[in-house]
Amino acid sequence: MKIHNYLMMSIGAALMLVSCGQQNQSSNGALSSSAAEKVYVAPGEQDEFYAFLSGGYSGNLTVYGLPSGRMFKEIPVFSQFPTSGYGYSEETKPMLNTSHGFVPWDDAHHPDISQTNGELDGRWIFINGNNTPRIARINLSTFETEEIIEVPNSAGNHSSSFITENTEYVVAGTRFSVPIPQRDMPINEYKSNFKGSLSFISVDPEHGHLDLKFQLLMPGFNYDLSHPGRGKSHGWFFFTTYNTEEAHTLQEVNASQNDKDFIAAVNWKKIEEYVNNGGGTKMPTNYAHNVYDESTHMATTTMKKEVLTVDPLKVPGAVYFLPTPKSPHGCDVDPTGQYIIGNGKLSADLTVHSFDKMIAAIEGEKFDGEAYGIPILKFEDVLAGQVKSGGLGPLHTEFDGKGNAYTTFFISSEVVKWQLGTWEVIDRKPTYYSVGHLMIPGGNSRKPFGKYVVAMNKITKDRYLPTGPEMEHSAQIYDISGEKMELIYDFPTHGEPHYAAGCPAELLAPKSKKIYRLDENKHPYAVTSPTGSKVVREGNEVHVYMSTIRSHFTPDNIEGIKVGDKVYFHITNHEQDFDVPHGFAMIGQNSSELLIMPGQTKTSVWEPKQVGVWPFYCTDFCSALHQEMQGYVRVSPANSNVELKWSLGE
Amino acid sequence: MKKASILMSLGPLFLLGLYVFPLWKIMLGAPQYPDPLGLNIHINGLKGVNEFDIQNIDGLNHYIGMHTLPKAEDMWEFGTFPTIIGIMVALGVLIGLLGYFNKVSYKWFLGWFFLMSIMGILGMYDFNEWLVDYGTDLDPNAIMKLTNPDGTPMTYKPPLLGHVKMLNFDVTSLPALGAWLMFVGMTLTLIAGFLGWKNLKKLKSPA
Repeated sequence: MKIHNYLMMSIGAALMLVSCGQQNQSSNGALSSSAAEKVYVAPGEQDEFYAFLSGGYSGNLTVYGLPSGRMFKEIPVFSQFPTSGYGYSEETKPMLNTSHGFVPWDDAHHPDISQTNGELDGRWIFINGNNTPRIARINLSTFETEEIIEVPNSAGNHSSSFITENTEYVVAGTRFSVPIPQRDMPINEYKSNFKGSLSFISVDPEHGHLDLKFQLLMPGFNYDLSHPGRGKSHGWFFFTTYNTEEAHTLQEVNASQNDKDFIAAVNWKKIEEYVNNGGGTKMPTNYAHNVYDESTHMATTTMKKEVLTVDPLKVPGAVYFLPTPKSPHGCDVDPTGQYIIGNGKLSADLTVHSFDKMIAAIEGEKFDGEAYGIPILKFEDVLAGQVKSGGLGPLHTEFDGKGNAYTTFFISSEVVKWQLGTWEVIDRKPTYYSVGHLMIPGGNSRKPFGKYVVAMNKITKDRYLPTGPEMEHSAQIYDISGEKMELIYDFPTHGEPHYAAGCPAELLAPKSKKIYRLDENKHPYAVTSPTGSKVVREGNEVHVYMSTIRSHFTPDNIEGIKVGDKVYFHITNHEQDFDVPHGFAMIGQNSSELLIMPGQTKTSVWEPKQVGVWPFYCTDFCSALHQEMQGYVRVSPANSNVELKWSLGE
Repeated sequence: MKKASILMSLGPLFLLGLYVFPLWKIMLGAPQYPDPLGLNIHINGLKGVNEFDIQNIDGLNHYIGMHTLPKAEDMWEFGTFPTIIGIMVALGVLIGLLGYFNKVSYKWFLGWFFLMSIMGILGMYDFNEWLVDYGTDLDPNAIMKLTNPDGTPMTYKPPLLGHVKMLNFDVTSLPALGAWLMFVGMTLTLIAGFLGWKNLKKLKSPA
């Protein structure tokens, strides 16, 4: 036993020596601060940056702090969210309407914060639903989803939702090409029959309202990711493509045959001008436009029946193809707008195109053939350089605003820092494991805040305590303020983040709403004073106009409800105090609870099926008397004549 | 005497600040209220420091059975105080002007000061009476009936001046801008009285 102990101690001492030695090698001297100090946000203090991580298959958007990695909120976007009643309450059900009916889930991928002059302005954040193509707009003062627009003629809304530098458009490209319009036809006739749509959705500068302005009908490739031009390249949009082979089966192999696919460069300003002058073809279609109104606390769905399509060949000079090796994934534009980076995911190298060279090649008409009538520029003519990284499987690149780029490599599981212009690799750090996208706050704008990079990984394995076969994904935070990257933190994320957007805290924190004003509540069933509470029967529909304040419901006793009734609880929270929500849950209700913010009205439906006296209660621990915040509903047989009455404190 | 009279006319004008700024301010902070709730006491009514503070103070106080905070029409003071202040300002300015034209002596200046002081003290007394009533006249059916260590019912009178720890709340009561302006104005009238007195002494003393 003793020998064993000595052995362990000496091994321990040896390990310490080894690790000390390593530390000395990697640190920048005795004064460099530790990783713990860099990520530690002391109790009561706040983070430096907001980070919005997409939830992937959770359908939602999560809000984190950097550098602490603390999660602040999950914003329900495309998925029903029983926590708050989003997608369950009568007010928010319309948010999830589509041309396919009510779709309670989606795959949320790429958030992007609104910009003015290419810099983050923090008004809204947009995110795409990948599966049933949709774009959502989230208000960054309420942190609530305000609008969802379905994208017709799209399938796998993946090269989305990226915005132009003055938030003129939020752009949504299709991943799958499909028959446009949809029709019954053999799958194996895909080639040259299917089309890929790139949708330009205009954003109203004042209210943010979305309007599908035009849809570019492109050859039947797969449009993977996109980013806007900025600065000198403002007015252009760049999309990576894969499956230029136009394979319809076993794409794993069949879509990986061409040595080069394309980056499609789209001069949207030119197309905008064309459609403003009456160009384009109106096509009958059907898609949902869902808008939530903050003053009525209510969403409405409008079905739109028409979309303006544009044939790229009708607008000369609007679209060019830039040959880009190996099925590129990320399509990233540096802060100056000069470099367009194609992350060829099946190769070791990154391809960087030059915007200036592209313009020169277009002007010189140096084409290398065409694809479906769209000119292909010569690879060598547009190439700015190649980054010989030594990594494998580049996916996505962001920028620090100091002339450096940071690229994720999925297969070799690392982040590589390299220099724009010289294409030299400066540093590389492993990720844990198999990183997808990364994010630097403002890293895809003209003005990045190059202090941290967050790497979002696809594989977790042993990073945290095991939780069975299914685990949350892992993310790592690296300090990028120095020459070399430094791994400073590792934290689990919710869902599967495919991308993220971040911004300095001071852009959003001061304007974050604390309450909704009761005197601005325009909900048709709101009760703005407790004396307005009432219960109204209309046939077998019963509307309960209910109010809440610490610590009671008004009314809390209701009689005269019958089996077979449809009871609408319209609940208005009368609190006007920060962070005092009230909840509402009714026994046996085939729906979720409601979580009602101060000044807000939400509605929940209950269809009682059994005679009895049934309780409801507040689900949010609102006050010292929270446990007393409860009430009863008497349910009588369908044929009874119990009088409808309601009361509080009688 | 001219200088003294000008000061005398000027001093009471500072009281006009009471029509705009609060006289007194009571702040209530607690761990769960990092941004404290606050009550501004104006001569014509109570106002929240932040828009919804009155509603939120009332909401909290209902647990311990306190009355809701009075509206302007609920207390005679809020109707009367503005009138009294108005009269005192007019009177003070008038005395100053009369002093300027040598119609009244400095004693009138001091008279105004003492009258205003007495009224102020009465006002404070009245305010304190209200605080006592507000903090002790509790609903017998209050949700939380707390007792002191000696078994007597706990009461919740906010301090007239200074800080008191009340349950989870730190309550601080201090004069606000309106009161400070009033103090400045009253001090000016006191100085006016003093200058008038010194001036008289100079005249009387054999030159």
